[in-house]
Amino acid sequence: MVDPANHIAKVDVVGVRRKINVGLLADGEGNGPEPGDWVLIHVGFALSKIDEEEAHATLQLLQRMGAEYEQELDELKASVID
Amino acid sequence: MKYVDEFRDAKLGQVLAGEILAEVDPHRHYKVMEVCGGHTHSIYKYGIDDLLPDNVELVHGPGCPVCVIPMGRVDDGIAIARQEGVIFTSFGDMLRVPGSQYTLLDAKAHGADVRMVYSPLDALRIARENPEREVVFFAIGFETTAPSTALTLKRARDEGISNFSCICNHVTIVPPLKALLESPDLRLDGFIGPGHVCTVVGARPFEFIPADYGRPVVISGFEPLDVMQSVLMILRQLSFGRCEVENQYTRVVPREGNLRALEVMSEVFELRPHFEWRGLGFISQSALKLSDAYREFDAEQRFEVPGMRVADPKACQCGEVLKGVIKPWECKVFGTACTPEHAIGTCMVSPEGACAAYYNFGRYARQKETA
Ligand code: SF4
Repeated sequence: MVDPANHIAKVDVVGVRRKINVGLLADGEGNGPEPGDWVLIHVGFALSKIDEEEAHATLQLLQRMGAEYEQELDELKASVID
Repeated sequence: MKYVDEFRDAKLGQVLAGEILAEVDPHRHYKVMEVCGGHTHSIYKYGIDDLLPDNVELVHGPGCPVCVIPMGRVDDGIAIARQEGVIFTSFGDMLRVPGSQYTLLDAKAHGADVRMVYSPLDALRIARENPEREVVFFAIGFETTAPSTALTLKRARDEGISNFSCICNHVTIVPPLKALLESPDLRLDGFIGPGHVCTVVGARPFEFIPADYGRPVVISGFEPLDVMQSVLMILRQLSFGRCEVENQYTRVVPREGNLRALEVMSEVFELRPHFEWRGLGFISQSALKLSDAYREFDAEQRFEVPGMRVADPKACQCGEVLKGVIKPWECKVFGTACTPEHAIGTCMVSPEGACAAYYNFGRYARQKETA
């Protein structure tokens, strides 16, 4: 946070430090974003906090699909039908 | 980049393509609309349509904020930009949208002080730095962008900045979708929901689509795997006879949206009784204007504007493209009279526009080669 009164925070965008406004994430009870959080930025404003658990869950689901597919391929390769 | 690269994995893309192929009924043709221009852009950029079976067709929707701005509004902007002492600001692609005579960038070439900004807060900073000038921000965008404009206006008021005003062209996504669902030209099987709009409004505003029109909606992220997974989720709903709003983009979209953003929007804006959309005509309660409390920041109150309705050029078929009735290349001027360098219509201007996305990612050239 560089300017808490105006909800200005510094973030790292692909290696570039930029100031953005996080006022849309503040709920007035101090539950705003914390250093280290990932946020979605649109026109200079943080719009949403990225939920790391959900990101992992989605990826895991996709990777599991991938693993099942690989396994099927392996089974297919291993099968010898005369 | 974290949470981006993982969702671009080409191998998993192939796996998803296989799952999709296994899910489709070969005797059926599926039409799935991606509502948001951000999705259209991803689809062409990553060639997602090439990974889908031939009988799964992606139809582009009306969710490109620049594309829906009618010519009359551009003319109003230009009329203000040309006034003495005005600094006129907007996002880069908006400045290239043709009005009835020319674009805002052309107005700049003719001496108007027109500046491109990345954020409405940049426009406010320009106002702060130039107290003797009138700084006007031409605001565009769906619910994704409207909260940012709202918060900027709130800050202008708190700081007592009196030389800042806004031409509000913010639009809402649900009314044009309703209009599309009511139109008989288009038979759609499901919707890829606009992920970024949903970070603000949540999932609830889309529940009428399954409830009243019997079509599934999957709120989707913007990386290629997100879009592919969303298509798969829609197909699964269809084959299991389910019909609901599902959220693929759970890492970013909370079901209830961003309450703070909604609160700021409702303080600063109110619904317009109707608003003209490029190519779609007037749609009632489909756009926002400044509320009475923010009247003094309303550029339409502060300046004389022509406020004229200008008919789209005859050759322009942006309306059909925005409704998903025709594909970009089916427009007669596509790639000939209308190119990103010299656009006739809006869909060729914004990177989120279907025509520009199609043109820029070399689809047109490929289409001609194979023809
Ligand atoms: S080619 Fe140009 S005029 Fe035709 S629909 Fe696309 S943007 Fe509009």
